[in-house]
Amino acid sequence: MKKPAVSHIQRKLIPSYIFLTIMSIISVFPLYWMFTAATNTSLEVAQGKIWFGSYLAENYKNLIAQQDLWRAMGNSFFYAAVQTVATLFICSLAGYGFELYHDKGKDRLFAVLLLAMMVPQVATLIPLFTMMSHLKLLNTVWAFIIPALATPFMIMMFRQNSRNFPIDTMEAARIDGLSEIGIFFRMYFPMMKSTYAAAAVITFMNAWNAYMWPRTVLKGNDVITMPMLIANMSNGYAVDYGMLMLGVLFCSLPTIIVFFVLQKQFAEGITGSVK
Amino acid sequence: MKQKKGMGLLAKQKAAGWGFLAPASILIFVMSFYPMIQAFITSLKTGSSANLQWADPIFKNYIRMFKDKVFLTSMGNTFLYLIIQVPIMLVLAILLAQLLNNKDLKFRGLFRTLIFLPCATALVSYALIFKTLFATQGLINSFLVGLGIVKENVNWLGQPATAKAVIIIALLWRWTGYNMVFFLAGLQNIEYSVYEAANIDGASGWKTFWHITVPLLRPVIVMTGIMSINGTLQLFDESVNLTNGGPSNTTITMSHYIYNNSLGQGVANFGYASALAFVVFILVAILAFINMKVGDTRD
Repeated sequence: MKKPAVSHIQRKLIPSYIFLTIMSIISVFPLYWMFTAATNTSLEVAQGKIWFGSYLAENYKNLIAQQDLWRAMGNSFFYAAVQTVATLFICSLAGYGFELYHDKGKDRLFAVLLLAMMVPQVATLIPLFTMMSHLKLLNTVWAFIIPALATPFMIMMFRQNSRNFPIDTMEAARIDGLSEIGIFFRMYFPMMKSTYAAAAVITFMNAWNAYMWPRTVLKGNDVITMPMLIANMSNGYAVDYGMLMLGVLFCSLPTIIVFFVLQKQFAEGITGSVK
Repeated sequence: MKQKKGMGLLAKQKAAGWGFLAPASILIFVMSFYPMIQAFITSLKTGSSANLQWADPIFKNYIRMFKDKVFLTSMGNTFLYLIIQVPIMLVLAILLAQLLNNKDLKFRGLFRTLIFLPCATALVSYALIFKTLFATQGLINSFLVGLGIVKENVNWLGQPATAKAVIIIALLWRWTGYNMVFFLAGLQNIEYSVYEAANIDGASGWKTFWHITVPLLRPVIVMTGIMSINGTLQLFDESVNLTNGGPSNTTITMSHYIYNNSLGQGVANFGYASALAFVVFILVAILAFINMKVGDTRD
């Protein structure tokens, strides 16, 4: 009695399966192809080969001969790591302050800060570039991180999630003689671990992927990031496709790994402030 | 003395609250609002970056942009990407979320992961992947020629119409799964019994979709709509790395054109670039406002 019902439901779902399978293939194929292209010669890539080849080592040799690959990888990791730690600290502190100490004045300030979401990056580019130049911070990690240290999105995310933090705990901690900042470090931080994880994933990804701003303030060959490196590679007249795709692979791999390992946190991160 | 200490404790708490939010708030003022004001002031000036003078007439830069063919093209392109790509993407994302929200569906986790995967790719990375896929000597052409759909290799990125189509396809690829995740989160807040009731009433899949799912998801649609509009108006990485705005500026986006005018090669025109950037800001604000209004009054 039960079996036919199940298969009936599954039969009705056949169009869904077909549609989802097609969408999955479309989603994965360009990335799969990036992997295969990195192992083929430029000619094979151009001829439309979609299977793995044996040219990976050669592509790698050419790539490190022409580009300072590991310098750029190191730079990107360093910038993204510093950015993540600093942003999380500043924004969680603000989210904590806005939610758990909230009063009329702070709520109003928060509403004003949200307007910053509408400020286009390209509009602040020139003034910020001038500012960094005056502060002699061009070509340093500071120029990379400072403008993105505090974002309304991150503050909002921590604020929304701080609602789960019990006020009673704070009162109890105060009676125990913990200072206000002590409560933040000793009680809030450990309790909000999952929010920090989601925020870390999303901040790291954004920092790793940043392109317009780094390309504006990081000019020397020894300070460039991975997205800048692969963008430079594709600008030549005769582009070696296999080598280019290997570079693209190096640029994509860290975020793809983060995605697979921390997918739940990633999804929470992007939808983080929506509650 | 005692009373003073008691009051001091409350005041201390209050001060601590302000102290916690001060660093982030100051940073946003200094890194977003102050530069925005500066951009507006700069937009009223002309001259080279080292020697800016008040413009005469004061809105000279704003008047100039109406005669600037490339700027008008860039605005047209940006809106074309917006009008075609954003609706297709959002409908597709809602549809996918709806299908994946079905409890009877098998491999839900696998489908979700695979469709979500593109947004783990860096913007420059995926732009270059699509550039290579759609190159004249590229996979798409070998495929189409092999199947006999086209006779000879098409120069996708070398012609305005097809180059724009490639940008739209690439954007759809990168962002549909991203938006789907928001809708999935939104759907999880809808009681499953609503669907069961609709099922009993004999409503078809499409009817359920349009009359139950879409209205219930309205807040999420408004939010993803605002995010997508904001993102599309600021499109930069794709324009730079996929087509480099070409052929001859026919696919360039507003942000890309502003960048070229300020920090690109050639003459830096901070005044004019700032005026253009301020227009983008106004557009973002207006469209976000309209979107919120439309989302509010459909009841």
